Amino acid sequence: MSDDQKPRRYHDLGGIPGGPIEISDHVLLPWEKRVDIMRGLLGDKKRRIMRADVMRHTIETMGEDKYKSLTYYELWMEAVRRVVVEAGIVSEDEIEARIAEVRQRLGLGEGS
Amino acid sequence: MSGRFAVGDAVIVKAEYPKTGHIRTPYYVRGLSGVVADALGPFPNPESLGVGGDGLPEQTLYRIRFKQTDTWPDYGEDPCDTVDIEIYEHWLEPANGT
Repeated sequence: MSDDQKPRRYHDLGGIPGGPIEISDHVLLPWEKRVDIMRGLLGDKKRRIMRADVMRHTIETMGEDKYKSLTYYELWMEAVRRVVVEAGIVSEDEIEARIAEVRQRLGLGEGS
Repeated sequence: MSGRFAVGDAVIVKAEYPKTGHIRTPYYVRGLSGVVADALGPFPNPESLGVGGDGLPEQTLYRIRFKQTDTWPDYGEDPCDTVDIEIYEHWLEPANGT
């Protein structure tokens, strides 16, 4: 469908067979709702840090491996993480330190 | 602000394949001919918003109607079927001779 003269980006999937579609109802998990809210707040009129198009562009540039392996809200979360780090709101170190803290509190060990 | 095209105009979607940027024109309609089904007014340009810009100048958004038989070469359903795609003005050119 695509060739060297007409490169297709990995996220532009219209027309490519995609396999069976999961159509059962899916209850959003609390973390998914939180990611949704965070993105909304980062993009609101007061902040304008991460509008919907910035999130889409971030997902479209994080690489095909991530795009194809992460779930819907995992992609959102990865995009939020990248944008807030880029904007200097929090650092990677702060995020990792917080993850370690929470893992310890929940007795989950070191993990990754 | 009124757009360059009117309802009923025949247009062609630019056959461009940028490797970077936030592009909202679907791959599968680039280069195809269609007809303006509706003019939806000006909106901030998502290609600018996507990279942190202000979206200006705004671009008129159109609903372009394509024949399914043009869109999918092996389309086997009703040949009268169409598909509407919303496309920004800077991705459209007038179709000459129609």
